[in-house]
Amino acid sequence: MTTFARRSGRRHPLTFALLLTLGLFATGGIYAATSATMASAETTPVAFESLVDEGEKLFMANCASCHGMSGEGSEAGPTVIGVGALSVDFQVGTGRMPMAASGPQAAVKPVQFTQPQIDAMAAWVASLAPGPGLPEAKYYDAEGDAAGGAELFRINCAMCHNVAGAGGALTEGKYAPHLRDLQPIHIYGAMVTGPQNMPVFNDMNLTPEQKNDVITYLKYMDKNPSVGGFSLGSLGPVSEGLFIWLIGLGGLIAVAIWLTARSN
Amino acid sequence: MAQKPPSSVVVASEGHHESEPGTAVVATGGVQNPGLEPEHQRITDLDPREEKKAERRIALFFSLSIVGSLIAAVSYIVFPIIPGDMQSVRLNNMFVGLGAAIGLLGVGIGAVNWAKSLMHGHELVEERHPTRGDEETRATAVEMFSQANRESGFTRRSLVRNTLLGALVATPIPAVVLFRDLAPAKDPIALMKHTMWDTGVRLAKDPSGIPIKASEVTIGSAFHVVPEGLMELEKHRLEEKAKAAVLLMRLPIEDLNESPERASWSYQGIVAYSKICTHVGCPVALYEQQTHHLLCPCHQSEFDVANECEVIFGPAARPLPQLPITIDAEGYLVAQSDFTEPVGPSFWERER
Repeated sequence: MTTFARRSGRRHPLTFALLLTLGLFATGGIYAATSATMASAETTPVAFESLVDEGEKLFMANCASCHGMSGEGSEAGPTVIGVGALSVDFQVGTGRMPMAASGPQAAVKPVQFTQPQIDAMAAWVASLAPGPGLPEAKYYDAEGDAAGGAELFRINCAMCHNVAGAGGALTEGKYAPHLRDLQPIHIYGAMVTGPQNMPVFNDMNLTPEQKNDVITYLKYMDKNPSVGGFSLGSLGPVSEGLFIWLIGLGGLIAVAIWLTARSN
Repeated sequence: MAQKPPSSVVVASEGHHESEPGTAVVATGGVQNPGLEPEHQRITDLDPREEKKAERRIALFFSLSIVGSLIAAVSYIVFPIIPGDMQSVRLNNMFVGLGAAIGLLGVGIGAVNWAKSLMHGHELVEERHPTRGDEETRATAVEMFSQANRESGFTRRSLVRNTLLGALVATPIPAVVLFRDLAPAKDPIALMKHTMWDTGVRLAKDPSGIPIKASEVTIGSAFHVVPEGLMELEKHRLEEKAKAAVLLMRLPIEDLNESPERASWSYQGIVAYSKICTHVGCPVALYEQQTHHLLCPCHQSEFDVANECEVIFGPAARPLPQLPITIDAEGYLVAQSDFTEPVGPSFWERER
């Protein structure tokens, strides 16, 4: 009881507002930088050409040992021909690629490249063969229908990613990652490209508008802490059961011992 | 009780002469009743300053309780519940709850402290009284029953008594009939063996109900599927959905190992399997598109979609039932028939 009180009470009401403002500035800043580079890159064919060349160099230096000199893949890694710019943006932009070590699943880690470098590699991979490209900004502005997105999320995503987006375990060391505080473009990219063991949710399954609804729901969850109080990671029976068995029952046993113990 | 003489020694020595030589172990030296321990002296009994301290501590708990109750009352006004604003509910609940908890715990902890450190600490022995009543009470009770019998004529008027017993037995009969009618009117076994799927029923997306074309299912895709028309059902929609829910997946065609009799059940690597686990009926939908494994979140049963959903791990006893699919003239995915076996967990009449 006291632990709960102290921890809940410590969160100042303005902390949330401060975090939200910071998050919005960060997202806005990154978005502004991204769209500026993309706009400048795609204006002239010459600039685009040099972008592709730069992307090829970066790919040769950082990716080709697994994905092959012309992106054809090898025993160590799958082909990148036809995966599209969106796949590169997701895999490299979330830090999953380049992988630090082979394992059941590529983990999120600090991003290794700047956004212009990622865009350059994406442009080169996209030039190999057609694949999913970056969506229009209006499809990931998180201004859609949060309630509709929540329904789609429950039907299509919640079984792996948890209904609150807290993530969950899969088989043999794989897991569905949590979906908190992600960049909207990465959520969009994951749905379209189906990274690693995630199934693909193409535009005929979830339309771009519906994808934006799902993004809206996840962003809503980011901005609104659980109204039910202490969420214990939103992991459901695992963390809640652990809490009630250890702290709840433990506390009851301690009280029972205290009640019957002899006073000094 | 403390003064009671130990009697077991006497009994044992008496019995010793009469008993036959045999295997019985006769206790000779009974355990002496040790009586009560010397009375425990608490620090508050011995030291008046400690007593004063305990008194102040208890008063502090009670005062805390007053503060807590006031906090609860004030918080309810300071953090009002604003309709439509869930965060206001959170703040309201938290502060009212904390105040009320301090209010109640303060009283409780204070009272227990009081009892333990200040109220007298003498140890008492309370003798248990026998459960059997004394002769007089027993005789009165018997007399009351026989008097009631005499005055009502319960044993004498056997016609009245027997019809009363009959009436009491008959009263639950309407309830039996009423409760019996809660059972499904139709044969429940048939209901469990059939779903909404039938020849030519289109596969539609959950929750929009829009039919799916085979061309829309790209490799690696997973669609959550219901029969077309389910969303328009006015009655038993959830019951039908619980039986007919299907997961549609497209695997690279070379990854799919199909037995000859099921070769026509898929379309270009697109397969449809019941989403209801054969263990206890949880929705199995954790699909890994590279390993083609389907994981049930409840008890970790694992099914291999590439091999007709055979169980590769966990408590499920049977593969997930496959829905035979094909395409219609317009390119939409349709069911060839209903499932060929009952979906979901086992039930007694499943094989019948």
